[in-house]
Amino acid sequence: MTMQPASTEITSRTAAIVQELKGLEGPLLPILHGIQEEFGHVPQDALLVIAEALNISRAEVHGVVTFYHDYRSRPAGRHVLKVCQAESCQSMGSDAIAAKLKQLLGIGFHETTRDGSVTLEPVYCLGLCACSPAAMLDGEVIGRLDGEKLDEIVAEVRS
Amino acid sequence: MIPRIYIPADSGALALGAEKVAKAIASELAERGIEAKIVRNGSRGAYFLEPMVEVATANGRVAYGPVKPSDVKSLFDSGFLTGGPHKRWLGAPDKIPFLAKQTRLTFARCGVIDPLSLESYKKHGGLNGLKNALELTPAAIVAQVTESGLRGRGGAGFPTGIKWKTVLDTAADRKYIVCNADEGDSGTFADRMIMEGDPFVLIEGMTIAGIATAATKGFVYIRSEYPHAVAMMQKAVEVARKAGVLGASVLGSPYAFDMEIRVGAGAYVCGEETALLDSLEGKRGMVRAKPPLPAHKGLFGKPTVINNVISLASVPVIMDRGAAFYKDFGMGRSRGTIPIQIAGNVRYAGLFEAAFGMTLGEIVDEIGGGTATGRPVKAVQVGGPLGAYFPRALFDTPFDYEAFAAKDGLIGHAGIVVFDDTADMLKQARFAMEFCAIESCGKCTPCRIGSTRGVETIDKLAAGIEPEKNLALVTDLCNTMKFGSLCALGGFTPYPVMSSITHFPDDFKPAPVRVAAE
Repeated sequence: MTMQPASTEITSRTAAIVQELKGLEGPLLPILHGIQEEFGHVPQDALLVIAEALNISRAEVHGVVTFYHDYRSRPAGRHVLKVCQAESCQSMGSDAIAAKLKQLLGIGFHETTRDGSVTLEPVYCLGLCACSPAAMLDGEVIGRLDGEKLDEIVAEVRS
Repeated sequence: MIPRIYIPADSGALALGAEKVAKAIASELAERGIEAKIVRNGSRGAYFLEPMVEVATANGRVAYGPVKPSDVKSLFDSGFLTGGPHKRWLGAPDKIPFLAKQTRLTFARCGVIDPLSLESYKKHGGLNGLKNALELTPAAIVAQVTESGLRGRGGAGFPTGIKWKTVLDTAADRKYIVCNADEGDSGTFADRMIMEGDPFVLIEGMTIAGIATAATKGFVYIRSEYPHAVAMMQKAVEVARKAGVLGASVLGSPYAFDMEIRVGAGAYVCGEETALLDSLEGKRGMVRAKPPLPAHKGLFGKPTVINNVISLASVPVIMDRGAAFYKDFGMGRSRGTIPIQIAGNVRYAGLFEAAFGMTLGEIVDEIGGGTATGRPVKAVQVGGPLGAYFPRALFDTPFDYEAFAAKDGLIGHAGIVVFDDTADMLKQARFAMEFCAIESCGKCTPCRIGSTRGVETIDKLAAGIEPEKNLALVTDLCNTMKFGSLCALGGFTPYPVMSSITHFPDDFKPAPVRVAAE
């Protein structure tokens, strides 16, 4: 298990991020991005701090956090692998790629391996449609996925 | 003269191994003790040749591609720094057929220059449009953009000049320019390419929009799936600020304009302009009812120009070369050029900027070279997940807003995804509904509930349950979604679904009863 920061620590680190960004016009998304970068997810304890600083309700913050696919309610694995499942990649066999990955990693989409090494997610377009099928591993882009590249990816996330 | 080597840092090139090639070249240079400057340019868009490395020689640039790290030693041995022969040799990049056949106006510099060098940008005609604009009144700039015939490249095709005029004519203490860089449509990557390869052209376009409409603040809303584009735009804004292109006095003029880069959070619906505005304001990305138009009450309730990346990036060339020059390209009411993105199962995938008017067949067969798998083309989806699937029978349709609408399709953001004959169109229709269900903002019923019922009904079709009744039900549902949805997500999902049913009816017939193998 990953150690979770104590809630007082979450509160103070959240307050620092909010303080830095609240002067922006429409600061909520930048703040949430900052918090997710800091903690790897958006902790429940952060919501009240944000709500009070921006003078909105905790429910409103919750509504925004849960609307967007990017914000996580719990930390992801050490690696995050996003596999494109949109039309361009479909035309080049992304279904089979996803099935192979699920089998190799032993998890489904939106799941994390038991050792916490990797989280597997679908993504709908990475803008790499001229080199489909595509994926993104921890922000690094990978095009023209094939069996060999899948093995490399799996070896990397397992190491 | 120190040799210059161009190695793209465009995401597409990186996805094909450009970083490893760059490292291999750098270490080979060090090993051989050769002094050379490596420039990380954008991509010219011929992705079947990426990573495409170029060297500047006395006789102009020479390209090599697709380069693998294992090619690097032999490239040096062949004297590639002076354009020497090699199996990867392609010659002058602008003579490569895929590139030579294009009309590059918006993408003129993309892949050519160092994206963060303002000097290089200026040397290739950058800032001329802005300088011309500064000599004109706001109304005259708007008139020129209107006269050019430029229409929204995001998909809706609304005349850009008219949008700007509405904002100019609306009095307010504060106005905004918002750039929609939430390029979520599968098969499209033009916005990403220009932001990574020529970010200043977008900054220049937005600045001109600001001056033309009396807006002083701009936002670029970029999707989070594009981390490289985000980083590039952030750096470019810094450079532009330091050089006085952005700030309290744009190029020393009395006009003020500055901008911020904002990152989305993975919601497709935020590509819809009003949902994008809500998202920028820090809310759930819910679609707003219109009126009021964003041009009257947009971001934070202020008059707002909201344009797609390519619309804004096309403005500098219009202001530089004139409305008549731009308008001269194209057909009918579709004027100028459009960056067509050829993607999916296609041999020569990439970005092809051309005047409107080429037929779909020319694009897919001649430019794209047919499928990558070598099998026959079955269907082509034009315009992203909300675009129609076109069969070969409609390949004579010219690339033009009206011509596509007449065939119950749309050109959208001009992405084209090619499918070979292994594609199952029922599966594609189901995916369109499924995607709509995943991405619906939930505000209107036809989209929120219709998409889920659509998936269920298509599943029944697939299972052979009352096929005629369920096909009629899907058709009726599509009709409701098309006319009853608040925005294009629910409203256009019927395009891929109905075009699949109309053009590929065999895929929707019940599967022949299989005899169980005993």
